[in-house]
Amino acid sequence: MTTALIDRVRWPLLVLAVVAALLLAVALGTISLAPGAVWDALLGRGDPAAITVVLVLRLPRAVLAGLIGAGLGISGAALQGTMRNPLAEPYLLGVSGGAAVGAVLAVSLGVAAVFLPIAAFAGAVLAVAVTFFVAHAAGTRGDARILLMAGVVVGAFANSVIMLVLGTAPSNAVRDAVWWMMGSVAAATWSQTAWLAVYVLLGGGALLAWSRQIDVLSLGDDTAAALGLAPEATARRIYAAAALVAAATVAAAGLVGFVGLVVPHIVRGLGVRRHRPLLVGSAFAGAALVILADLAARTLRPPSELPLGAVTAIVGVPFFLSRLRRLA
Amino acid sequence: MIRYEDVVVRYPGASRDALAGVGFHAERGRLTAVVGPNGSGKSTLVRALLGRVVVAGGAVRVDGAPVTEHGRGELAKRVAVITQREDLAFPLTVDEYVALGRFPHLGGWRGARSIDRDAIEHALTRAGVAALARDGRRVQELSGGEWQRVRLARALAQGGEALVLDEPTTFLDVAHEMAAFELLHELTVEGVAVLLVSHQLNLVARFADEIVLLHDGLVAAAGSPDDVMQAAILERVYEWPLVVTRDPAVGAPALLPLRVRRRT
Repeated sequence: MTTALIDRVRWPLLVLAVVAALLLAVALGTISLAPGAVWDALLGRGDPAAITVVLVLRLPRAVLAGLIGAGLGISGAALQGTMRNPLAEPYLLGVSGGAAVGAVLAVSLGVAAVFLPIAAFAGAVLAVAVTFFVAHAAGTRGDARILLMAGVVVGAFANSVIMLVLGTAPSNAVRDAVWWMMGSVAAATWSQTAWLAVYVLLGGGALLAWSRQIDVLSLGDDTAAALGLAPEATARRIYAAAALVAAATVAAAGLVGFVGLVVPHIVRGLGVRRHRPLLVGSAFAGAALVILADLAARTLRPPSELPLGAVTAIVGVPFFLSRLRRLA
Repeated sequence: MIRYEDVVVRYPGASRDALAGVGFHAERGRLTAVVGPNGSGKSTLVRALLGRVVVAGGAVRVDGAPVTEHGRGELAKRVAVITQREDLAFPLTVDEYVALGRFPHLGGWRGARSIDRDAIEHALTRAGVAALARDGRRVQELSGGEWQRVRLARALAQGGEALVLDEPTTFLDVAHEMAAFELLHELTVEGVAVLLVSHQLNLVARFADEIVLLHDGLVAAAGSPDDVMQAAILERVYEWPLVVTRDPAVGAPALLPLRVRRRT
């Protein structure tokens, strides 16, 4: 495709991708519905069974998947720009490791399943705080590379905690915890969807408001300072908002890997360069990607479901490798 | 306009001060050049102006007030700075990059108004990169010389009454280097305070109104090109045998480093 053509079709394409993914996710499954039946069910008309399938089972699930994709996409795009690193993603700040520790501890202590997202969220926020503390203790003034290294170290530490806990936990708890870590939106409800929407809108909105600052930060700290920004303080605010959004998605559905890493590259591939459109585009592309990944997760091997995180990783890894070749 | 008063800077863990009490000033309508050997503290001066290093003693003032008392955004409106190194992590077009020079005026949300568009157009033309912008070229595809001129355009778009440049003519060929110096001269005629960190002693001697020679974090000499460009001073600072002649065409002092014959 020529650049001029991409320039014209980019936004319709992204919006269409989300709408098409939503419609497919609502229509397809063990009971597949015709477009007319989907439309009737969405309006609350016709077959009551179809209404239940669409409004209670599939739609909240698809919307939750979309919100997770949108949150991880925005978060990843903001972090890559701010850290000036195409390999940055929210999980690397310790979000995933911390959330997993929180969830595994909750499961092994026999905490009720409804509190598992809260434990995961607390673990994620705590791990991000530790990551920042470690990076700060290393004596750097917000050096993104040190921050990424600190995130890796915190992640490794989290892994060892998880292994220690799982090694001594009863086997059904281990299964629950492992399943949770693989990511799933199977238990989606409207209330869960609503509170994730609040986090994604607030955090994503903040990142969007700072998107021109991200443009400036991506020029490097010295130039950002020359243009009137306090680079470290601005970057910290962006890291915090991005980590919060990612932590909320992890609390809602466990670990959905590679989305935050891959999605910004897809949108950049469509010729988007400045961060305001990049963040919006990453929200759309992330939403479409995770909705479709979840559709695949529940329809490829019925009646059992594949872990959502495994599907996104299987799609994400080859794509990312191809990007890596171009970056090299 | 920009005044360094006994500025002392020491990097954490360093055994000596990067700047050990440096004082001079760069005024409107003048081209002030800072020269000196590698490691003499030139770039630290720029970093101190930007608040990127802790100033342990003395003060850097802009229009009378210490830089720490100006808001960062306010300072960026008055003083445009081109730092020594800059690598973009992600692609941007020339136009998008130069437009970021308006950030101090626009902030996070406001869209470009006609005054901003005019400033960008004007800057692109003056820096000689309007064609690169028109062709939609990406910054990553540019040659080293084109990139330097695009960075100059970004600083010009920023506007302001002072322009600070750290080694801006590295990678420029003779014609582009001369064009860049002529442009800096034009800016001083228009009343801009130009503070230039450079290794190009002979060009500096022809264009600068005042030269500040740094050595080991101290001012070794300061004054007109004739005052500073003296063989005895330069030989001591650069630790290399040299002669200072006079450019036959323009009459400015010219430095000629000598070859050292090694015994074999």
